[in-house]
Amino acid sequence: MPEYQNIFTRVQVRAPAYPGVPLGRGVWVREGKPLFLYWAGKFGDAQIGPVYLGWLGLASILCGFIAFEIIGFNMWASVNWDIVQFVRQLPWLALEPPAPEYGLRLPPLDEGGWWIMAGFFLTVSILLWWLRMYRRARALGMGTHVAWAFAAAIWLFLVLGLIRPVMMGSWAEAVPFGIFPHLDWTAAFSLRYGNLFYNPFHMLSIAFLYGSTLLFAMHGATILAVSRLGGEREIEQITDRGTASERAALFWRWTMGFNATMESIHRWAWWFAVLCPLTGGIGILLTGTAVDNWYLWSVKHGVAPPYPTIFPGVVNPATLSGGAQ
Amino acid sequence: MRNFSMKLFGTALLAGCMLLAGCERPPIESVQRGYRGTGMLQVYNPRTLEEVRAANEVPASIPLAPGDSPKATTVYKNVQVLTDLNVAEFTRLMVSMTNWVSPKEGCAYCHAGGDFAADTVYAKTVARRMLQMTRHINTDWKKHVAETGVTCYTCHRGQPVPAQVWTQDPGPKTAAQAGNRAEQNAAAMKVGLTSLPYDPFSYYLKGEYPIPVAGEQALPADNRHSIKETEGTYGLMMHLSQSLGVNCTYCHNSRAFYDWDQSTPQRQTAWYGIRMVRDLNNDYLEPLGPTYPKERLGPLGDAPKANCGTCHQGVYKPLFGVSMLKDHPELAGAKR
Repeated sequence: MPEYQNIFTRVQVRAPAYPGVPLGRGVWVREGKPLFLYWAGKFGDAQIGPVYLGWLGLASILCGFIAFEIIGFNMWASVNWDIVQFVRQLPWLALEPPAPEYGLRLPPLDEGGWWIMAGFFLTVSILLWWLRMYRRARALGMGTHVAWAFAAAIWLFLVLGLIRPVMMGSWAEAVPFGIFPHLDWTAAFSLRYGNLFYNPFHMLSIAFLYGSTLLFAMHGATILAVSRLGGEREIEQITDRGTASERAALFWRWTMGFNATMESIHRWAWWFAVLCPLTGGIGILLTGTAVDNWYLWSVKHGVAPPYPTIFPGVVNPATLSGGAQ
Repeated sequence: MRNFSMKLFGTALLAGCMLLAGCERPPIESVQRGYRGTGMLQVYNPRTLEEVRAANEVPASIPLAPGDSPKATTVYKNVQVLTDLNVAEFTRLMVSMTNWVSPKEGCAYCHAGGDFAADTVYAKTVARRMLQMTRHINTDWKKHVAETGVTCYTCHRGQPVPAQVWTQDPGPKTAAQAGNRAEQNAAAMKVGLTSLPYDPFSYYLKGEYPIPVAGEQALPADNRHSIKETEGTYGLMMHLSQSLGVNCTYCHNSRAFYDWDQSTPQRQTAWYGIRMVRDLNNDYLEPLGPTYPKERLGPLGDAPKANCGTCHQGVYKPLFGVSMLKDHPELAGAKR
């Protein structure tokens, strides 16, 4: 008798390969003979394939590949085509946006033009993938919840790389493509605009981010904990509440004073996840366009508390008469 | 299966240890400086602090010279700067300078062929300018060096070239049509191995590029500083932090880096320090370029220059604030 009482999946159900529901009209079919991977089964479904490619998927992968290559080849060029240094310095390497003096104009390729090109193809790739996601959901007769959740992430991506730079009138405001460079950009962004932690939308975004992880842990743990009582049949238990659902509910009422239901917990999780990039994107969009110094904005609106002065009389020497000396 | 789990556990343990390899082991000492809750702490590793302390011992001074000997100019030829010293003071300073700057090479590092008056060796011309510079710092930059002052040893520490000097950085070689690094993303030691711009010195410690970038009004007004400029400032601040062996909060309240009202007095000292280094680099060090032989110059042909680390060498006050100047009053400025 296999058991579900483990943090890791210990049960792999093997059945004949499932080809999927019949597709509507179209030139594309699901291709390839399905195969079973034991290790894929450790993490999810062991069945790999058949694959549906489609025009949108094909175009998206092509655009994504072009963007990936532009970024990668620029990084490689920045170490003068030295493969050892490319691997060694990879976390530091980047494709930088144009310098501030270019504004929104098209700079020469090596002065930010490559960045605009990579950004264009990446954006097209992501938008095409979103369309594919929407259309596939429709083709399967599903709701489009996943596509709209993905759209929330795309919103943040577009704000950072397109909408806000355009509103600020400068591509230089956008994020570089690179591992450490985009992190340093984040720190510099906060420093330039007077501390992003005082941005209320940043606060909300963090609350939803941490909230998402908390909800995910709570929900995952709850379902695993009642799976021996049939709790993994969540959808059925929405309308036909069984003992698993009742025990899980009681557990949270005893420990937390309140419980979600088998249906509402999924809405909680979806909204927390979606609101994280949604509020974050609003916060980024307002930075520099509507607010220049979030700390001072917070002082103005009574958010940032004043502290007692420990070092009185410190002044900016530039404001003193006599200048530098 | 059990065997496999053990292997997996072992791999995870090894990976965990490797991730921690870059960390310093506890205990770490922290000193509170600002108001509680603001995180204005200085963090020290007592073990590395011990090494730093040992490397910053002040050498013993030669006993002070008697004040009744004749003027150095009457005995030695070609004395241009130390004209106010008597012979005993002059020789004492020369011996001290040899100990501080060229203990291995001796007098011959500057004086060649037994002719002490000749200006044939470039190092002598440089040393003369350095004496003027030292006096200039100790007289005109008291807002940074206070009465502690500086001597040759503050920077040189027994080496003809101070350990931390800089020249313009051409950056790593890149390909022609792609791979522009935009003067950053090079894992440079001088900006703390970040991807921040790798030559903050040319912009901020020789040039007068603006360092403050944050606006001082809540809503957008006329502040046009870019994020790229901010990265430049950030890189410079990494250098300051490293050079002084301190955290950001030694000078700033990190919730409002720009705000002087919440800063410590050390930020004022640092402000004057940055202006002092600019002054020295432009008026004293860069103009020495033609004097140096080629091997002393940087890859772009400019003279070696000073930054915060040249004097501080990882300590919040050079030599932990011990004043060598009081034993060498002749470096404090010309006697009047």
